[in-house]
Amino acid sequence: MSERFVVKSSPHIRTDVTTQVIMRDVLIALAPTLLLSIYAFGWRALLVTAVCVASCVVFEYLSRLLMKRENTISDLSAAVTGVLLAYNLPVTIPIWIAVVGSFFAVVVVKQLFGGIGHNFINPAIGARVFLLVAFATPMTNWLIPQQTDNGVALVAGATPLALLGQGNLADMPSKWQMFFGLRGGCLGEAAALTLILGGIYLLVRGVIQPHVPLMFLGTMFVLALLMGVDPLYHILSGGALIGAIFMATDYTTSPSTTKGKLIFAFGCGLITMLIRVFGNYPEGVSFAIFFMNILVPHINALTRTTPFGVLKPEKKQAKEGQA
Amino acid sequence: MTFGKKTLSGVHAPHNKHATEDCSAVRMPVPEKVYISMQQHMGAPCKPLIAKGDTVCVGQLIGSSDAFLSSPIHSSVSGTVTDMIEIINVNSVRAVCVVIETDGKQTVDESVKPPEVNDTAGFIAAMKASGLVGLGGAGFPSFIKFNPKNLPEVDTLVVNGAECEPYITTDYRTMIDAWEDVIDGIAILQKYLDLEKAVIGIEKNKPKAIELLREKTSGMKGVSVVELNDLYPKGAEKVIAYETTGRVIPAGKLPNEVGIIVSNVTSVAFISRYMKTGMPLVEKTLTVDGSAIAKPQNVTAVIGTTYRDLAEFCGGYKAEPRLMISGGPMMGTAVLSDTYPVIKSNNALLVFDSVDESQLKETACIRCGRCIRTCPYHLMPANFEAAYQARDTAMLRKLNLPLCMECGCCSFVCPARRPLVQTNRLGKKLLAAEAKKTGGKS
Repeated sequence: MSERFVVKSSPHIRTDVTTQVIMRDVLIALAPTLLLSIYAFGWRALLVTAVCVASCVVFEYLSRLLMKRENTISDLSAAVTGVLLAYNLPVTIPIWIAVVGSFFAVVVVKQLFGGIGHNFINPAIGARVFLLVAFATPMTNWLIPQQTDNGVALVAGATPLALLGQGNLADMPSKWQMFFGLRGGCLGEAAALTLILGGIYLLVRGVIQPHVPLMFLGTMFVLALLMGVDPLYHILSGGALIGAIFMATDYTTSPSTTKGKLIFAFGCGLITMLIRVFGNYPEGVSFAIFFMNILVPHINALTRTTPFGVLKPEKKQAKEGQA
Repeated sequence: MTFGKKTLSGVHAPHNKHATEDCSAVRMPVPEKVYISMQQHMGAPCKPLIAKGDTVCVGQLIGSSDAFLSSPIHSSVSGTVTDMIEIINVNSVRAVCVVIETDGKQTVDESVKPPEVNDTAGFIAAMKASGLVGLGGAGFPSFIKFNPKNLPEVDTLVVNGAECEPYITTDYRTMIDAWEDVIDGIAILQKYLDLEKAVIGIEKNKPKAIELLREKTSGMKGVSVVELNDLYPKGAEKVIAYETTGRVIPAGKLPNEVGIIVSNVTSVAFISRYMKTGMPLVEKTLTVDGSAIAKPQNVTAVIGTTYRDLAEFCGGYKAEPRLMISGGPMMGTAVLSDTYPVIKSNNALLVFDSVDESQLKETACIRCGRCIRTCPYHLMPANFEAAYQARDTAMLRKLNLPLCMECGCCSFVCPARRPLVQTNRLGKKLLAAEAKKTGGKS
C-alpha cells in the first residue's frame, strides 16, 4: 500500500454557510438601523452600541478562557448579542449599566448554560428584562428625537407606547414618522423601515424563515383589531419589529420545526398584546419572547415531524383503544 | 401551502458534471491483473468456484452462493487464477478476492450465449444468471427486485435517470449514447413483468437526455419522461418513486408495496444488451474525475480493475492525491488507498489533491433547524445527534432513525459542520447492537 488517503465520513462536500457567515449576515442586517439610530439619537448611540459589542466579546472570551473551553468569539455570536442588547437600551443609559447588561447576557444567560446553542433564553432579551427590573428608571429615561430646521433635536418625553397607554393621543407621532424613524424608544426602535429592510435581507439570504415574523406581527395585528386598538400603531411602535424580526427568530431559543415556529410566534404576539393592553408595563415584547423562549423545549417535543412514508397510526390506535 | 406537484426537500449541491458530461465512455484496455471480490452486492457473499492455477474465460461463472439474497459473479477477463486473498471491501466488509493474471486475449467463455426467455419465470432466471445488481450504487440483486411477491399488482416501472450525485455522468452518457438499449430494456421489462406504465425520471439539469428520451419514447405505449427538479437527492428510490408517480412508499417497505419497480437507467440498458448477447455483468462504466486526475473522463473498465490502474489510464495523478472517493461526493466512501478493485455497483472514482480542513472543524450546534428542513424524509437529524450522545435508544427509535438513508443533506447544510450522517450510522449500529442483545425485542 503506497499511499494512505484521508478517510472520513460522507458527505465530502459542504455548503459555504457556517455559523460565522450566518452571524455576519445578521450583523449586516442590523447595520442600517445603527446608522438611523445615530442620526436620530446622536453619536452616543454609536458609543452605547460599541460598548455593548466590545464588552460582550470580551466577556465571551474571558468566560471561555476561565472555563478552559475553546475560544468562540470568531463565530460572531457575541457581537450579535452586543448589537441586539444595545438596540434594546435607551440612548441615555449609563455606560456601566450597558456593561452590566452585557455581562448578564453573555456570562449568565449564555456561557453558564454551555455557550452558543445551549442558552434557553435569548441573551439580549434576558439581559434587557434583567436591566428593566433592576434599573427601572435609567432603562426608561427616554429622549424623543424631533426633526427641526437645524437637524435633529432631542427632548425628554414619553415613548409612543407610553403615550398610547396614557391615552394621550395628541402628542403621538404620525404613522409615517414612526415608519421612517425619529420616535422615542430604544436605539433599535428608532425606525421601522431599516428593521424591515434588515429582515428582508435575512429572508433573502435564507438566514431566517418568514414564519416567525409574519405570525408574530400577524397575531398582534388581529388581536389589536379584536381589542379595538390601532393595529398598525402597535406593530410600528416599541420593540415589535426588532423583536419579531431579530429576537424571536434566534435559532437556539425558537422551535426547530415550522409548526413549532408558528405556535411560538403566535404565543409571542398574544402575550405582547395582553401586556400592552392589560398589563402595567407599556411594552411587552421582551417579556413575551422571554416567556415563549422558556416553552421552546416543550413546543419542540410536541411538534416533531412525521417522517415521509410513516402514517400516523399511533394516534388512531390510541383513540380506538380508548373507545 | 403547496400548489400542484409536491416535491421533497433536499440541497442545492453544486453539480460539477461539466468535466465529463460531454465525454462518451472510453474503453480501458484490460489491465495485467484484476482483483475480483466475492462480495459485490447487497446480501450474502459468493463462494469461489475456481481454484488457484485454473484458467478462466470472460463471462465464466466464478462465484455463487446458495443464499437467496446474493448475485453470481463472473470472470471479467481471460487468464489464470494466481491467488485467492482476503481483502477488506470499500464498505469495510471482509471478502475473498480472486486474483487473475490476464492473458490479454479476452477469450469469451462458451457458456456465454443469449438466454432463451419465454415467460416471466424464464426472465427472472436470466436476470439471476446475468449477475445484475442495481447499478445506481446500492447493489441490490436485480432478479429479486424484479420478482416481488405481489408482481400482478405491480403496474409501473420507474426508470431512475436522476443521477443526482455531483460529478457523476455515467447514467447521463447511457441515456445519450445508449438510448436504444434503454428503451429496448424498458420494453423487455414491460413485456415480461407485465407493467402497464413506465416513467423515466431525469433531473432537469440534463435537458438533452430529457429531450432525446421524450422523442424516442413518444411512440411507446405507457412510457413517459418526467423532469425532476435538480434538488439532491432526487435519485433516492423513495424520492423518485414519489415524484414520478405520486405514490408514497411506506416506511420500511419496498416499492412493490405501492405497485412500483424502480430500476436504474444503466441497469435497464444492461438488460437489453444481456438479452441480445448473454454476456453477464463483467464491466462497469465509471466517472473518473476530481482535482488530482489529469484527464477526467468516463471509463468502461472490467470488474476487478484497481483504482490505481483506473487513475493511470486517466493520465495518472496530476497532483499528490489526498482524498479518494469511491462513488459520488455526497454518499461515496473515502478509501484508504488506491489498491481497491472496481466492483459492480461502483459508478465513480473521484480523486482530490486537497481536503478542505475548514469543513472538518466542528462547532457547537446552534439549533438552526436546517438539517430538519432539508431532510427529504422529514427526519430530525439534530435530535438524532442529541439522542445518540445520550445513548437514548428509545428516543432514537421513536424518531425513526432507521429510516435515514444517509443521503448526506443534513451534514451538507450544517453550518456548525456537525457529522450528522456519521452520527446516524453510529446510532443505527447502537440500535442493531441492542436488538442483538435483546433478541430483536425492543
